[in-house]
Amino acid sequence: MIFPMADTQKKLNIGWFTFTCCEDSTIMLTEMLNDNFFTWKKLLNFKHFNVLKSKNDMSDLDVAFVEGAIASEHDKEKLLKIRENAKYLVAIGSCAVTGLPSGHRNSFDDKLKAEIAPYLLQYHQNEKVYALHELVKVDDSVPGCPMVEAEFLKVVDKYLKLFKIIP
Amino acid sequence: MHQVNLSIKNLSKIEGHLDMDVIIEDNKVKDVQFKIMENKRFFEKAILGKPFAVVPQLLSRICGTCSVAHEMAAIEAVEDALGYKPSDQTITLRKLMMYGMMIRDHALHLYIFSLPDILNKDSILDFDENNELEHQLLHDMFEVKKAGNYLSTIFGGRAVHAPFVSIGGFLKYPAPEEIQKSRDELLKIRKKIFLLMKVFDECEFSLERETKFVAMKTKDYSFLEGEVLCSEGGFCVQEKYFRQQLKEVVIPYSTAKAYQILGQEYMVGSLARMNINHEALHENTKKDAAKYIAKFPSHDIYKNNLAQAIEILHSIDHAVEILKNLKIQNNPVNKLTPKEGEGVGVIEAPRGTLYHYVALDKEGLVTDAEVVVPTAQNQNNIENDIRHLVQDRLDRDKDKMDKEKVKFEIEKLIRAYDPCMSCATHFLEINWK
Repeated sequence: MIFPMADTQKKLNIGWFTFTCCEDSTIMLTEMLNDNFFTWKKLLNFKHFNVLKSKNDMSDLDVAFVEGAIASEHDKEKLLKIRENAKYLVAIGSCAVTGLPSGHRNSFDDKLKAEIAPYLLQYHQNEKVYALHELVKVDDSVPGCPMVEAEFLKVVDKYLKLFKIIP
Repeated sequence: MHQVNLSIKNLSKIEGHLDMDVIIEDNKVKDVQFKIMENKRFFEKAILGKPFAVVPQLLSRICGTCSVAHEMAAIEAVEDALGYKPSDQTITLRKLMMYGMMIRDHALHLYIFSLPDILNKDSILDFDENNELEHQLLHDMFEVKKAGNYLSTIFGGRAVHAPFVSIGGFLKYPAPEEIQKSRDELLKIRKKIFLLMKVFDECEFSLERETKFVAMKTKDYSFLEGEVLCSEGGFCVQEKYFRQQLKEVVIPYSTAKAYQILGQEYMVGSLARMNINHEALHENTKKDAAKYIAKFPSHDIYKNNLAQAIEILHSIDHAVEILKNLKIQNNPVNKLTPKEGEGVGVIEAPRGTLYHYVALDKEGLVTDAEVVVPTAQNQNNIENDIRHLVQDRLDRDKDKMDKEKVKFEIEKLIRAYDPCMSCATHFLEINWK
């Protein structure tokens, strides 16, 4: 994906967020930078990407990429805020798309549920762990544990075209 | 009483999320609370009742960046429980997996997380392509990471949650041309590590404090086999008894447990390994990086970054040597028979010593499991380093202490540890009270 660009090239405003997960898709993305960094720098404006920068801004996003499942009210509120601030929201990786494996406590038996109950109470965690689509509108999903690289590239391409960043 | 309040939220450029409280009263640091607020995922519970074969792949999901380390420790624990000794070839290939991970993971931390601090930039996104040094480092980082990634991929099938590594062997083997390509790539990036070592050696950040270091002493510095030693040399954690010898410290403000040995905090990771085991580095590394290796042993936490860079060079040198002479027998995976037993797997993960324990019933189903990760072990040591740093600035500057500057110094200090919150359980905000 190489396009001749002027410095004044319009960019896609994106944010990358993580919730309850192992952040394997974040690691996959940092690995995808190996081949894509210089192209993406011309096409994408990383407004929010905590693993890459400290000055983050989650307002007016074209696309929010969200990794991880939702396990607390605090995280649910943050997810709702991300949704409000983004024109499109893409669920990234298995935990965001299906809730698993981070949500394996949803299927614990009563004995195990009783064992973990004090922790959930102490750390303000919800009894149930949610996939993103159970709480907000999800426009696209990139499944996989970690996310499938080719699927992610397809989704990025789709939004670059939708926002007329590339022809 | 004069109280100072400062706050950092969601510390950037680390793996995961973190919160902090620093409480200062009358120019004395009253309390430092390094709060790992990662939402618990209860892996040690989720694994109960599962067949032993799924243990490595499930526990790999504890952490994205060091997933290979969790796979290796879990495989070792299960094989130990079943009384199985892996073949020499399997051990050699597992070492290559460890080297691929070390190159990729250390490079991620050094180039992407820590380098912006040294170059006074917020992010690699701000590096100036017209500046010779920044241009060079920007291009180096992707080539180095890519070579590490490729080494892991040809043997593991993927660098993250590698599907080809298994209990009893490997599920698939690379073609000779892939092995040759990997060797060529590693030789190509080797020279780039000298600039990396130079940059981190010349870095002026420093914080020296006497503490205990703990690491596995491996004969060939392969991160995989050996005995766990303390820097004083007097006490070593015996693998089989780690659950008794590592004392859990419950921290009410953190979702991760901390650990002590004989009532003392300690540090694990690259600095600990270099302090305890630098004689075991590859001969080529010792010859070409002698002036940097001579900086160890060191009590300066920022030398952890130089130690990581040296470990990248060692990983390249030993991997290149192994790949040169590698003649792979396409042995199928040994299918192991279920039996009752307990097993322990201990390895050196990128961030330090990683312990896995598993107990199986006669059908091979998991009845108990425990995982002790490096960042949880470092938690007390990080808190005491922060306490030392802030008190030093208070003693020097008193009421004129620049809160924003100290806040940034704390961030840099935490980053030097390369903490991993996913492992430790995931969430940093510093709230100065």
